[in-house]
Parts: sequence; C-alpha cells; structure tokens
Amino acid sequence: MNIDFMLEYLPLYEKAAVLTVRIGCEGILIALSVGVICALIQYGKIPVLRRIVSVYIELSRNTPLLVQLFFIYYGLPKIGISTNAEVCGALGLGFLGGSYMSEAIRSGLETIEPIQTESALSLGLKPYQVMRYVILPQAVSVSMPAFMANIIFLLKETSVFSAISLMDLMFTAKDLIGLYYKTTESLFMLVVFYLIILLPVSIIGRIIERRVRYAGFGA
Amino acid sequence: MASELLKIEQLVKRYDEHTVINGLDLTVHSGEVVVVIGPSGCGKSTLLRCINGLEPIQGGSIKLSGDEIIHGSKNLPALRQKIGMVFQSYELFPHLSVIDNITLAPVKVQKRSKGEAEEEALRLLERVGLKDKAKQYPRQLSGGQKQRVAIVRALCMHPEVMLFDEVTAALDPEMVREVLDVMLNLAKQGRTMIIVTHEMQFAEAVADRVIFIDKGNIIEEGRPKEFFNSPKTERAKQFLNIFEFESVK
Amino acid sequence: MPDLGLEVLFKGKNMIRLLGGLWAALKISLISVALSIPLGILLGILMVRKEVVIRAVTRIYLEFIRIMPQLVLLFIVFFGSARAFGSDISGELSSVIVFTLWGTAEMGDLVRGAIISIPKHQYESSAALGLKNSQTYFYIIIPQTVRRLIPLSVNLITRMIKTTSLVLMIGVVEVTKVAQQIIEANRMTSPNAAFGVYLTVFLLYFIACWPLSLLARHLERKWG
Repeated sequence: MNIDFMLEYLPLYEKAAVLTVRIGCEGILIALSVGVICALIQYGKIPVLRRIVSVYIELSRNTPLLVQLFFIYYGLPKIGISTNAEVCGALGLGFLGGSYMSEAIRSGLETIEPIQTESALSLGLKPYQVMRYVILPQAVSVSMPAFMANIIFLLKETSVFSAISLMDLMFTAKDLIGLYYKTTESLFMLVVFYLIILLPVSIIGRIIERRVRYAGFGA
Repeated sequence: MASELLKIEQLVKRYDEHTVINGLDLTVHSGEVVVVIGPSGCGKSTLLRCINGLEPIQGGSIKLSGDEIIHGSKNLPALRQKIGMVFQSYELFPHLSVIDNITLAPVKVQKRSKGEAEEEALRLLERVGLKDKAKQYPRQLSGGQKQRVAIVRALCMHPEVMLFDEVTAALDPEMVREVLDVMLNLAKQGRTMIIVTHEMQFAEAVADRVIFIDKGNIIEEGRPKEFFNSPKTERAKQFLNIFEFESVK
Repeated sequence: MPDLGLEVLFKGKNMIRLLGGLWAALKISLISVALSIPLGILLGILMVRKEVVIRAVTRIYLEFIRIMPQLVLLFIVFFGSARAFGSDISGELSSVIVFTLWGTAEMGDLVRGAIISIPKHQYESSAALGLKNSQTYFYIIIPQTVRRLIPLSVNLITRMIKTTSLVLMIGVVEVTKVAQQIIEANRMTSPNAAFGVYLTVFLLYFIACWPLSLLARHLERKWG
C-alpha cells in the first residue's frame, strides 16, 4: 500500500466523512421527530391520522432508500418540489428512519402498563402531563437499544448518498479508484473511515443495551 | 352528623353486556372510614375506579361535594386532586426517585414550589418510617415500602377522600402489617377513606361502617361489630364463613 | 392536472423492461437468500461452539460484515477483485457474493440467537438419552429453532430485496438503471418522465416487499 498516496488524499476523505456525518445526523433528527409524532398518533389511536401513519410506515419500510432518494431528488422537481442534494439526503433518511423510530417508540410505549397511566391520572395529572412526565420517559429508556440500532442502520444507509451526487465517502473512494487505479488504498481508507464513524456508535449502543437489560432505574 | 362528602346514586357500570354494578347508592360523610368487602368480582374495585373517573359509567351519578365526576370530562383532573387513590400494584413511577414520585403531582398539577412540596414529602415519609429512602428508586424498595410511598404520594396532594384498592393483596404476609398500621393512623387522624380489602380483622378495627357488596349491589351494611358478629343476610354469613374456615386452617 | 410523465410507461416495451429490471434485482436477492440460509445455519451452529478460535473468527466475521454498509462491501468485492485476481468479476457475481456474505452473517446471528434461547436441559436430556452432539442438533435443537427462524428469514428476504437496489452503483442493470435509461431516452418527448417512472419503481419495490412483510408478521404472530 502506498502511504504517501493515502496521506495526500486524507483531507478529501475527512471532508467526505464530515459531510456524511452531518447529513446523517440531520436525517436522524428528522427521523426522530417523525418517529415520535407517528408513535404518539398510533398510541393515541387518533382516527384518520392513524391510517395515514400506517400507510406511511408500510411505504417507508418496504422500499429502498436509494429509490426514495431518486424519487425525491429527480422525480419531485417535475411537479415543482425541488431540493438540493443535501436537503434531499437528510429528507430521504428522515423519511426512511421515521418509520423505524416510530416502531421503536411505539413498542416502548406498549410495554408501559395502562395502570401506570391510571395511577398518574388519579393524582390529577392532565393527559399530556401523564405522557410527558410518566409514560414517555419510561418508554424512551425501554426503546434506547432499538434507537441505537436504528441510528447505526441509518448511518450505514448514508452510503447511498453518492447516488444523488453528494461527495460522500463512497463518492470519494470511487473517484480515486477511477482516477488513479489506487484501488487497495482507496478501499482501505473507505473502510477505516466508516469504522471511525460507526464503531463508537456501535459500542455505545452495546453499553446502553446492557444497562437496559440488566439494570434499570436507580442502578 | 358530619357533612356529606361523596354521594353515589343509582350507579350502573357495564362492560359490554356484563353488569358489574347495578344501581348502587352510597353516601360517605366527611371523616368517615368505609370498608368495602365482598367476594372477588363483586364490583368493589370497579366501584373505586368509577369514583376516580377511571371508568365511564352507564347510569346514575357520583358527586364529590356536589361536583359530578364524569369520565373524560374537562374538570376531572381538578376533581381527582381531591381524591387520592392507592392501587394494589403500587404503581410508583419506576423512572423517578421516591421523593420525585411524591412531588411530581404537587409541583406539576398544584403548581406548588418544589422546596415546599419536598419538605412536606419528607415529613410524610418520616411519619411512615421511610425518610431515609427518599433518594432511592422504587425498584430498590420492598413491596411494603413501595406501598407506603404510594400512600404518601396520594396524601401529599391533600385529598379530601382516599381510596384504597386491595392495597395489601400483592404483599408478602410479613409486610402487610406495616401498611395497615399506616392506614390505621390515617383513620385515627379523621381522614375520609374508602377501603377495599380482604383483611377482615383490619376491617373490623378500622371501619366506621362496613359495606358488603355482592353481584354489583350493597347487600348489607352496618357498624363493624354488628356486621362481623351477627350478619343479618344469608349471603354475608356465607361470605364470612369462608374466611373463618380459612383462619381455622 | 400536471404532466406526471406516466405516459412513458405505456410507450413501447417500457413497462416490460422495468419489470425485467425488477426481476434482475429479485434474482440476485433470491439466489443470495437461497445460499445464505444454509450457510447461515452452519455459521450459527459454529458460533455456539466452545472452541476459542472458531468463536473469535466467526465473531470478527459477523461484526465486520454487520458494521460495514453493504455498499462498501460491494465496492470491496467489485473493485478489489480486479486488483486481487487481475481479472474483473461481473457486477452480478459481486452482488451475489456480497449479499451471500451479508445474508450468512445475519442468518447466522439469528440462528445463534435461536439456539441459545433453547433451555439447557433440552441438551442435557438429549445427551442423557445417548444422542451424539450432531444428533442432538439434528433431532432436538434444529426442529425447535426452525419455527422461530422462518418469520425472521422471510424478513431477511425483504431486506435483501431492498438492498439489491444498491447494485446499480456497481453498474448492474436492474430496475432503477432501466428507469434511468427510459427517462434519458424520452427526455425530449416526456420531460417529466422522472416523476412517473421513479414513482413506479418505488411502487414496484413496495409490491415486491410488502406481501413478504405481511407474511412475516403473520407467521410471527402465529408462532410467536
């Protein structure tokens, strides 16, 4: 392997990694917001909206991100909805991740016994206060491992961003392979950078999972 | 005679086709301790849930100092502040420490200051012998301790009436006593309480009035001495016999 | 109504071509799943063995495959093979190799999870009857794990189908690539084709995956 070559193009990878992580985080934040809203709609069994949410969840979970991105990036402008590549990446990731986050929160909510709600109500808390102070905090901690799994999943999914010509890690690697035929070096750096992004998240995820599984509140 | 605090008239509660409470009348006066007993499935727990507005009712009315309690109504949270309820399964909030469990509603609902609420919470905890547990989490407590915290949590809202739904039924035998003692003390202080229980000796000791419910209605009621020593109805006799047999065993 | 570019689909053989592209993607995922399931079962059994070396090797394999984006794996095999063996392997073959490696890891982990969830006394009572290790797995453990595994495997197929959309990026002609070609070819006559055609691709994937998701959910409920 050619170390000089790798050092020379290191800044390119750094830039690409920052872009990947930035759009990834934006997308994850959108996914979380969408997820919370959808989960609350489903948990609260709000008519009509609940139907729309389940259609969204099925569409989002049963189609690939790449196709979602192509539709948003190339298709939607034809009916007057234009986005730039970055916004499109974050939106696409949010559209995909929203359903996964929603399912994680919903299953967390469902583990909280209804009588917890009743005991909170019996203290005179209003329904939104019950949700805010009693149910959500418990549900979120139950859902934490699933959250982390989703975050890793979504960060991995960012690898398709180059399809809408974002200069991410994949784009950079492919570019260097095409230009200089330094295949081994380019691929090696690609793997290393993805490990730098994903390994810490994966380790944190595992610690949290162990916490939730073996302990609980007040450990 | 003390004033009427809770007035239930012709209460009907049905689940689908199954009638659980069928035209029940009950008036509880301020400062009175009413113990409700009856075979399982007779509707006694449902009665408490109706009083707290946790269940929609199909007929009749429940009024607390003249205000009607209606499931799902706008002023229900306000009314519930006046009704403390303690559940069989404690239902402390596992993500909050003991002190936060107790002060959550006083601070968020009654808008009292955190400091004042905590002060009172600690005072109440001390009375039930749990002051040193204030910073602990529910999972670190025994069942009896949890239930005492649950009672304090309800008390801290200054309720006008307290509902106890089989609060010792889930406890190990050696922990029953510590919870019952707390309740006896509350009764002595003149609190209005409605207690559903299977502890007959306790019922006799604590009650001003005993109500025997079967098949969704009051079959017999009276002073505890009279009721336990010479029940008038055949069904109450049968019911009490079962318990005597069990204590002989 | 705005021009949604849907008319392109009914021009010539365009719809047939799209379906052909979908089939190309489905074929890759089906072959990979068919290979992954037996290999994954084998891996799962290996992973619960006590030998340290086997455990370490399978663990590293699993962790690496699962933490890397599938597209990175595709790049490694597709571009790397040319470098390593001096000869290109086709995009299709690269895809099958990668998806099989990935599917085997996923399946292996599912199998491992299913095996360790079988109570220990099942092994002990089987051993007490005089069954050999291999016989224990064959007659006692595997039949019990299969029910739990089937819904998970169906889910794996769905994930595999969605993942095949990536093969476009290493030049395999599948449904999205065909869509690009159709849009490009009709740029003058149907400038809005991108909307209708990509929407169609989106729905085609949905039609391919949704029934499988429903089936998996149904089986989970039935056998869960």
